[in-house]
Order: sequence, then C-alpha cells, then structure tokens
Amino acid sequence: MDLRLGVGGPPTSAEKAAVDAVLGDPESSWLGGERTAAGGHIARGGHSARAQRHLLLPALQAVQASSGWVTPGALDYVCTRLTIPPAEAYGVAAFYSLLRTEPAATTVVHVCDDIACRCQGAEALCAEMEKRFGPPSEPGDTRAVSWVRSPCLGRCEQGSAALIQRAGQSPEMLSIAPASVAKIEHALGNGNGSKPLLDPTSPVRTDPAHRRLLRQVDVANPGSLSSYRAHGGYQMLRRALDMGPQGIIREIKEANLLGRGGAAFPTGLKWESVANNPVRPHYFICNADESEPGTFKDRVLIERDPFGVVEALTIAGYATGAERGYIYIRGEYPEAAERLCEAIEQARTQGLLGASIMGSEFHFDIELHRGAGAYIAGEETALFNSIEGHRPEPRNKPPFPTQAGLFAKPTGVNNVETLANVLEILRIGGAAFAELGTPTSTGTRLFCVSGCVERPGLYELEFGATLGELIAMAGGVSGGRPLQTVLLGGAAGSFVGPAALGTPLTFESVRAIGATLGSGVVLVLDDTIDVTDILRRIAQFFRDESCGQCVPCRVGTVRQEELLARMISRRPLGSPERELALLMDIGGVMRDASICGLGQTAAAAVQSAVSLGLIGGPSDGDRVAQQ
Amino acid sequence: MSVTFVAAPKRLLTMTVDGQTIKVPEGTTLLQACQQRGIDTPTLCYLENLTPVNVCRVCVVEVEGSRTLVPACSRKAEDGMVVKSDSDRVRASRKGVLELLASSVDLSLASPEVHQWMERYGAEPDRFGPSSAPPPGNPRDRARPGEHVPADGLAAATVSQPAKLDNDTYIRDYSRCILCYKCVEACGVDAQNTFAIAVAGRGFEARISTEFDVPLPDSACVYCGNCIGVCPTGALMFKSEFDMRNAGTWDESKQTITTTICPYCGVGCNLELHVQDNSIVKVTSPLDHDITRGHLCVKGRFGYQFVQHRSDGSEAQQ
Repeated sequence: MDLRLGVGGPPTSAEKAAVDAVLGDPESSWLGGERTAAGGHIARGGHSARAQRHLLLPALQAVQASSGWVTPGALDYVCTRLTIPPAEAYGVAAFYSLLRTEPAATTVVHVCDDIACRCQGAEALCAEMEKRFGPPSEPGDTRAVSWVRSPCLGRCEQGSAALIQRAGQSPEMLSIAPASVAKIEHALGNGNGSKPLLDPTSPVRTDPAHRRLLRQVDVANPGSLSSYRAHGGYQMLRRALDMGPQGIIREIKEANLLGRGGAAFPTGLKWESVANNPVRPHYFICNADESEPGTFKDRVLIERDPFGVVEALTIAGYATGAERGYIYIRGEYPEAAERLCEAIEQARTQGLLGASIMGSEFHFDIELHRGAGAYIAGEETALFNSIEGHRPEPRNKPPFPTQAGLFAKPTGVNNVETLANVLEILRIGGAAFAELGTPTSTGTRLFCVSGCVERPGLYELEFGATLGELIAMAGGVSGGRPLQTVLLGGAAGSFVGPAALGTPLTFESVRAIGATLGSGVVLVLDDTIDVTDILRRIAQFFRDESCGQCVPCRVGTVRQEELLARMISRRPLGSPERELALLMDIGGVMRDASICGLGQTAAAAVQSAVSLGLIGGPSDGDRVAQQ
Repeated sequence: MSVTFVAAPKRLLTMTVDGQTIKVPEGTTLLQACQQRGIDTPTLCYLENLTPVNVCRVCVVEVEGSRTLVPACSRKAEDGMVVKSDSDRVRASRKGVLELLASSVDLSLASPEVHQWMERYGAEPDRFGPSSAPPPGNPRDRARPGEHVPADGLAAATVSQPAKLDNDTYIRDYSRCILCYKCVEACGVDAQNTFAIAVAGRGFEARISTEFDVPLPDSACVYCGNCIGVCPTGALMFKSEFDMRNAGTWDESKQTITTTICPYCGVGCNLELHVQDNSIVKVTSPLDHDITRGHLCVKGRFGYQFVQHRSDGSEAQQ
C-alpha cells in the first residue's frame, strides 16, 4: 500500500501525545517517530502494520478529545501510525456523531430531545438552551461552548438528559440527568450551586425480593470486586468451570433463553454453534451499544452491577471456547464505561481475567470498546466493523456471526441483559429457569418504563404479566389521565392502543398482536401527547441513524420523514389516501429489501400508528386541531 | 507436452427458479442462476470484475423461508433453494428501489437498461413530489453525521450539487451518484490499490470523498480512471466528454470504437478508442479482457494526445 501522507501537515504536540497514549510511542521514522540512522534501513509495514486497524477508532477518539475535532494533521499522523489510507480513516471519522471533521467548539452539550424526553418537556429545555447559549450548533460553529440536539441518551426514566463533551487538556464526558440549564452551567464551571449531575439512585422499581437480573443492584458496591464476591459474585463462574462448556450450553438450552436485544434468537443455539465451529480463534462480544430510543436497562445493569457483566461474559467465553471477549459500549455512556473499565481491571488483578482463571486452564481477557455516536453500530455485524476500524455498515447475512463474525472468525454476540440471565440460569439451573414465565418466554424481563406514568423506571417482571399490570405497577398514567397509546419496543417497535392492556408481555403474545417487545421499551403516552410529534421524531431518528449503505433505507427514511411532515401539516400531495398508500409502499420496500434490521424496522412504528388510526385517519386532523 | 489445468469438479446443486428446476455448480450466485434461466435481473452496484457489495438492492429476489428478500448478486445458491425472481414482493421492491433512487439522483446518463427496468416495474419517481432545489454551495460535503434540517415534505430531497472540476482528466458530478461503491472498490483492492476515495458521512449524506474533501490533485489519486470505467451513471466522466456535452457537441451516433493495444509498456492492455470527428474523445477497456478486466493506468486511459499530433505540428480538432 502506497499511502499519500503528509498533505495534512504535522499534528500538534498535544495531538501526537494523545495518539501515542493510545498506540504507544512510534518505533521508527516510518511510523512518524524520530529519524534514526538504523530506522532508514528497516522497512515497516505489511500485515503487522495493517493488523492494527482496530485501534483506529480509539485513536480518532483521542484526537477528538484533544482538539475538539479530527484535524487533518492528526488524521495524517494516525494513518501513518496504522498504515491506513487517509480517505478511509476520514470516512470512518465522518460516520460518528461524537467525532467532528471540521473546526468545532471545544465544549459541546448534547441535549436529548428524543421520544421519552419529549414527553417530559425536552422542547422547553431546548428553548431554554437556545436562550442561554444561542442557537444549536451548525457545521463550522467554533463558539467555545455550543450545543446540539441529541438522540436518546438512555436516561429516559429521569425525564431529561444532557451529555457534555469537553475537549482540550483535560477532556471529559459528563452525563447530566435530570438536566436543566442551571445544572449544565454548573457542570461547565460557570454557574453556582453544587447539585449532583446524576441522581445516583435512578429508579429500579422491582422490590429486592423479586429481583433476579437485578439481584446485585444496590446490594453489592459496584466499585468493589470484594463486595461483589462477598455477595455471591463469581460463584457462578466457579460453577461454570466445574460444569464444563457442554454442561453450560445444555443448561442454557434447557432454560430456553431467548436473546433480549430485540431479535429473540435462542441463546443456547447461538452458543452451541460458536462452540462447535472448528475455525479458531473464537470471540465473544457483549453488546452494550444500547441506543434504541427509550431503552436504559443495559446502562443500569452496567452502572450498578458491572462485575455481573464481566462474570457473565467470562462464562460465555468459556462455554464457546473464546479466547477474547469484547464489550462494545455506546459512547454516550461515559460513567458506565468507566465502571466497566474499573471492573475489568479489578478482575484482572484478582486472576478472574487473564491466564488460568480460578486456577483452571481457561485463559480469557476482555477488551472494552467505546462507540462514538452511531445507533447502527449496535447491529451485530456493524459492531464488528466498528471494532475492526471500518465504517459501521452492516454486513449481508449469511455468513452469520457464528460462522464468520469479528475478524471473520466465529463470534457470539449477546446483549447485556441476555448475559445477565446466564448467571441466573446457572444459579437455579436451566430446568428451574424454564419454569419461570411461560413455556416459550422463560425467565424474567427488564422493562424500561417511561413517559406519562407516575413511577417511571426499570421493572423486572416474570414473563406473563400484562401490559396493564405493568403500567399499574408504575402507578398508572400520570395524574390519572386517559391512556392514549403505548410505544412497545422502542423506535423500531410499534404503537399499541388501550385494547392491548390485557396482552401478556411475552414474546408470543406481543407478536400475536403484531408488535414486538424489542429492547423492553414501554413508553406510555397519555391524551395530552401529540403522537404526530413523536412519530416525526422517530422518522427523523431513522433518517439520522441510517448508515446510508443500501438504497431502501438511505432514501426511504428521507421520504418517510417528508411524507409524515406533509401529513402532519395537512398539505398532502394529491389525496390523503394516495399519501397513505405511498407511506405503506415506502415501508414495504424498506422492510423487504433493506440489508439490516434498522431499515427493516424503520417504518414499523409509523405503520402501526396508521393502523391504530393515530395518524392518517379521518379524525386525525380534528384531534390534532383540538389540542 | 502440454499440460491442461483442470479445476476440481464442483458439486451440482438442485434448485428451483420461478418454478423450473435447475442444476447449478456449487458457488453459483442467484444472479448467475437467473441468468442461466435467461431471466434478466436488474443490477446497479454489481459488476463482474468487482466484489459484490449488494447495496443497491435492485436485484433482490424472494427465497422461500427467508423473512426478507435477498440480493441475487451475492447470495450463493443452496441445494433445494426455491427462488422467485418475479413475485409481487420482488416487483414491488424493485419498483420501490428504482423510484427512491430516481427521485433523489439524476439518472439521465445511466445506461438504457436502467430506463427499461424503470418502465418494466412501473417506477414513478414523481410520486414523492417535486424535486427540491439544490441548496446554495454544497452543504453535503460538510454535513455532520446524525444531523439534518427537519423536512417540510413539500419537495423531495435530492443529492443535487455542482460537479467537481479539479483536474484536466476527469470530473466528478455527484448529483448523479447512486453510491454503488464501485469507484471505491476500483480505487481500492479490486483494481488500483490507491485508496484515494472512500465513503464518508452517513445516511442520506453519505458520499464518496477524499480525506476532508480535498481536491483530487491533493489526494492520493493517480488518475488511472478506473473509477470512470466502472461508474454506471456518468457521475465520473472524462473531462473531454463533460466539456463536449456542455458544448452540445457530444454525439455517440457519430462515434466509432477502435480496439487497439496500448503502446506504452509490455503488458498488452486492450484499449477501445472512442473517436468522434477524427479525435479520440474517451478511452475504455473491455471488462472481459483477460489482462485488464476493464482497468487501465493513467497512460493507457489519458495518454492519447500524441496520436492526435499531426506531422504539420497542428493538433486534431477537439
């Protein structure tokens, strides 16, 4: 590879130091270091240089944190270090919304205006932000402090959320929830008061006696491995090592565990298929790129029980014969990432990661990868590309990850909540686990309840409870107002009406009414909420988050947003019936012909709203007009 | 003694395409299986000399047991597979994909087949409303991922933008770009290994770009023109063709194609000289040529001026 480098000029010394902190010092002048007499006679490059591409995103993140944007000089230096063509590295940098590729403010406040926060006055917060900080940032905005609207920040139960991204000598990422302009100013260092930025006890509503997945939450100290072990932590890994990989997989299959990330694939089958694959090495990934609007369960699990995640991933790695595990956590969860980082470090020190774990012959270590602002990176094959240092564009399946996944090797991928179930299965046994819930939906499920309810928060329920029972547990609709609709499963899920209150929240019953549990989102909307506004935000979300690779999703999400805008402003092209047919056609081609789940579900919520008559019906105009 | 190399025999798979049972060798794609049955399958991002990326989705077919449609260009045939290439779902998706593309991209210079497919599937790109006027400047090149100005829906967004003219050999008119990735592949491992361009941005603002959108002379481009050779929509075009089209003098009916061998080195690449009014106006190479596979270098592609140098010192009329 003959790279054209040097056009971008040299990096600043701060940028060089930031990149070197990730990649180590350059070994020779070939890699951007000092020129020495010996260095000129040694050719570096080839496969070993190119095999470091997985360090591209961490290096770009370091540059972003140092300069506030990925400068040409720094990009050039990263490319020199890693033997990557600058055009490709730029293509990667320009994909992620937490990276900038032109001069930008050193401090950016991301304010969530997504579906759950909208129900709690996100627009009012944005208006206040505008009053205090001026209009939201646009390309080329280099004010010292700027702000942008953000997709869901995963703090839906707290009503509002912001994320501060500060670059410079002491870069930091800070979450604020519930968010207010006063708190944001305080965090920026120019306000008064000393309110905590985060409510450390964000609501976990299930009472401790009924917690299984949330067993350790608020019991063990999330910052201390000894506290975790004192409360029974790592006993399941011990048990797993005694059972052996086949024994573990047998239990998981007997438990009939289905994946909790949204696709509900049988976990035991997935593990077995990785374990039995003769190609080596195997990898196992914990998918913590939770970005589905309205979802916060994985964040709570990680922030309050990080060792549980590490232990479960270690067990998964052991069962599937993996030598390395990865946790891919979304870039908007700095506090959770910090917790995981500490947990992995402590586990290493106590011999629970690394060589000969617990004195066995099992060697396993975990790498933590942080995303940089891309919903699509949570799609498993896009996630592989993100870790590998490519643009997180989904791959076509087949081949499936269990055949050719990360670095084209057999790979298991499970959501955080799915892995949490593994600990419970080992604790009580697969057969006992299968007794929980219903025959096809076994165990318990975490529900992210937000919107217009008295007690939003995380609820752990045995499968089988109805939607109405869950909402009643959450104190019912706020102020006793009438329920308008519930969004089940997040932006990629569907709306259901009051008629669905009696539906048990199981995979099969929810599927039977044409909906999905998705990532466990239950967003409750009362009669004061303008559903068209929520729909429009969903359409904007998919247009923003489409990777742009395939035509149905790249253009279909744009056309869907345009069409909704026309329906809402009641300026149809031709008759409303024609518009409705067009909306259904756009949805059909996205669902049938898109490469991945994003495009295939991008129309689901909108289409469910149409069939419920929430939009597009004859009464729609009157109803909106009345509000 | 002459030696004939024989590949290992391939297992034959039995499959059904549109109700007909056929046998195909293992490794056959569904596109090839359809071709074997004489079924014309539309393709845009597929080219036989490039790795399939299956992003345009116009070749989708229905496979029994598959929840969604599958891309024929890259999906391999399996024993017992039942494929429908002309079901209602397939026709609806192909129509939809062509409509979405044609409503957002200028397809006027795409090959005649594209227009035939649009007619065959009844594509009506106007269904989405009038095209929006191109915004001033080219904000697409500076678009930030995950942000856009909310749509009012009164006009359909397009990728319309001014052509990029930054060198004497070829132009880049991305208002015609369907993002088929072919140029990126040809610039990369499938042909040139130069990596001057890549896809940047995301979603509707995804675009082919050099690093930081620098002009080609500041990029790694070596002007092999292989990206022009694979571009299906005229987004990448010889400067000579672009200028003649602008002047209204481009006339393919007056052009002849002369096949010859490049005189520059010993590789022996086939050249096709497109000649109009006794002047070379563009150079291509046949895709099925076993040396070039359609790809050339800067000399073969653009180094033809000497041919037009007359003994009296004048240049042929451009």
